[in-house]
Amino acid sequence: MESSSKVIHAIYTDDDVLMSAVKKVRAEKHHIEEVYTPFPVHGLDKAMGLAPTRIAIAAFIYGCIGLTVAITMMNFIMIEDWPQNIGGKPSFSYIENMPAFVPIMFELTVFFAAHLMVITFYLRSRMWPFKNAENPDPRTTDDHFLMEISVHGNEAELEQLLKETGAVEINIVNKDEAH
Amino acid sequence: MYTFSNRLKTFSIALMIIGAIGVVIGFMTSHKSFEEVEAIVAAESAHHGGGHDAEAAHVAPAASHDTHAAEGHAGEEVHHEDAHKKHIEHVQHQIANRPWSALYVAAFFFMMIALGALAFYAIQFAAQAGWSPVLFRVMEGITAYLLPGAIIVVLIGVASGTIGHYNLFVWMDPEVVANDKLIQGKAGWLNTWGFAIRGFIFIAGWSLYRHFARKFSIAQDNADDNKNFKKSFRISAAFLVFYIYTESMMSWDWIMSVDPHWFSTLFGWYVFASMFVSAITVIAMITLYLKNKGLLPFVNDSHLHDLAKFMFGISIFWTYLWFSQFMLIWYSNIPEEVTYFVTRLEDYKLPFLGMVAMNFLFPLLLLMNSDYKRIPWFVVMAGVVILAGHYLDIFNMIMPATVGDRWFIGIPEIGSILLFGGLFIFVVFTALTKAPLLAKGNPYIKESEHFHY
Repeated sequence: MESSSKVIHAIYTDDDVLMSAVKKVRAEKHHIEEVYTPFPVHGLDKAMGLAPTRIAIAAFIYGCIGLTVAITMMNFIMIEDWPQNIGGKPSFSYIENMPAFVPIMFELTVFFAAHLMVITFYLRSRMWPFKNAENPDPRTTDDHFLMEISVHGNEAELEQLLKETGAVEINIVNKDEAH
Repeated sequence: MYTFSNRLKTFSIALMIIGAIGVVIGFMTSHKSFEEVEAIVAAESAHHGGGHDAEAAHVAPAASHDTHAAEGHAGEEVHHEDAHKKHIEHVQHQIANRPWSALYVAAFFFMMIALGALAFYAIQFAAQAGWSPVLFRVMEGITAYLLPGAIIVVLIGVASGTIGHYNLFVWMDPEVVANDKLIQGKAGWLNTWGFAIRGFIFIAGWSLYRHFARKFSIAQDNADDNKNFKKSFRISAAFLVFYIYTESMMSWDWIMSVDPHWFSTLFGWYVFASMFVSAITVIAMITLYLKNKGLLPFVNDSHLHDLAKFMFGISIFWTYLWFSQFMLIWYSNIPEEVTYFVTRLEDYKLPFLGMVAMNFLFPLLLLMNSDYKRIPWFVVMAGVVILAGHYLDIFNMIMPATVGDRWFIGIPEIGSILLFGGLFIFVVFTALTKAPLLAKGNPYIKESEHFHY
């Protein structure tokens, strides 16, 4: 299909205008492919109807893994493998010497939770060094906002709608040239 | 305007009456004669299957009376009768201390809620918080208990050393001081007059701030300018400086000095964390109660979310301080410091470790989820556990020094909680009726009403 390979780019210069435009376009049941903004616009995800992130749940699980690693590691090294008497610390069982292990347990929990969460974020949002920037218009990193809507043969109607929402510039581009 | 419902009023008065009966029973059953205590100890040692060895071991962990203990050990063979007499007297004293300590722990617990709420209130002003002004009247209601509550604490403390038989603070006993070089060295700070005068200064300072902050807050309601708010801002900043010094000294005087041989540098912070989290919990619970009655339509679940975040965060802060104090002393294991935790781990294992579960694990797992922080019954449930946990915290600070291993949460303890709980509810809800529940003149009130997280 020829029409579906085209997208419409509506450019705005104000985040409040953008927000009301997003709400209007969604109310008209058009699918918004993407919105590009130079900074986080509060409430934009809700207006676009994006599902909430689950990264906090992932972080909690990573933290639990970190805690388990810390406990298993120190239990093996300090209690099972070579239970030395170091300065009179009781190394008979893990629980007896636990206060001394808490700083490491804490730090490893935080370390795992933080780093694995960040790596998860990079993977899920496809960010890495030498990655080609997916930027339809360099102005969106400075002071412009861009809404991308796929076109299904309703170009004129969409264009009219976007004009009404206060778009300062409307371009129709082929999808493969879009980025 | 809020009207104190008759049901709640009756409920609080009933609590006070039942509590008072419990306290009286506690005092009446704690005066045992020498022979009675002898019989109790004999029955116990028969039960444990030991003779005098068990008795001597019984004396040893009581760190606060180690003069007695040392004498008891040294003269075991020669002064057999003497040691026995000392031991029985020691136990007799512990039994007599129990209702005093129970009363003191409960009095301090409710006082610290009011004091913590006052500190929280002052911080909101000093930080010019935009979310909390809708809760100011609730906080002002809670802080109304500070003046009566703090006076009661100091009075119990002084009374234990004047009309009582030095039932809380051994350093008030001239006989103990005469035989104790360590307490003699601290007598410049630890003396009954000093205790009373410092207590007066603390209470006067806190109450003055409370009085003026409340006055300016009510005057601001109908003012055309922000003059009163600015005054509140200034006195709040000054109060916070005063508070952090006096709170620390208060914790030495009113709590740490029950163990006059022991000291810890972060104790003031630790007590602060305990009072702060209890106060925030009570603010959240009273807010939910009033909202449930439809009296706080301007409070939304984002306000609740913020309070629950504070409950969560300060619970972890409390644990951090608890653990820092415990671990430093456990790790270095210096005998003169470590006795504090030895008595607690030997005689108070369940309350000592149970409170860590209640004050840390429970809020950690329950209040971590962002959605749960907005569910009222979840916050109330977490709040009940946090409050019980912090009662236990104060219990663990006072009881090992006064009653030693003769602790139990029975009629004197529960009676005292009911007595002061009833008084707390009565005073707080009476104060809530005195002013509209929305501080409408506050310059941040619009922002607070539309607060959304």
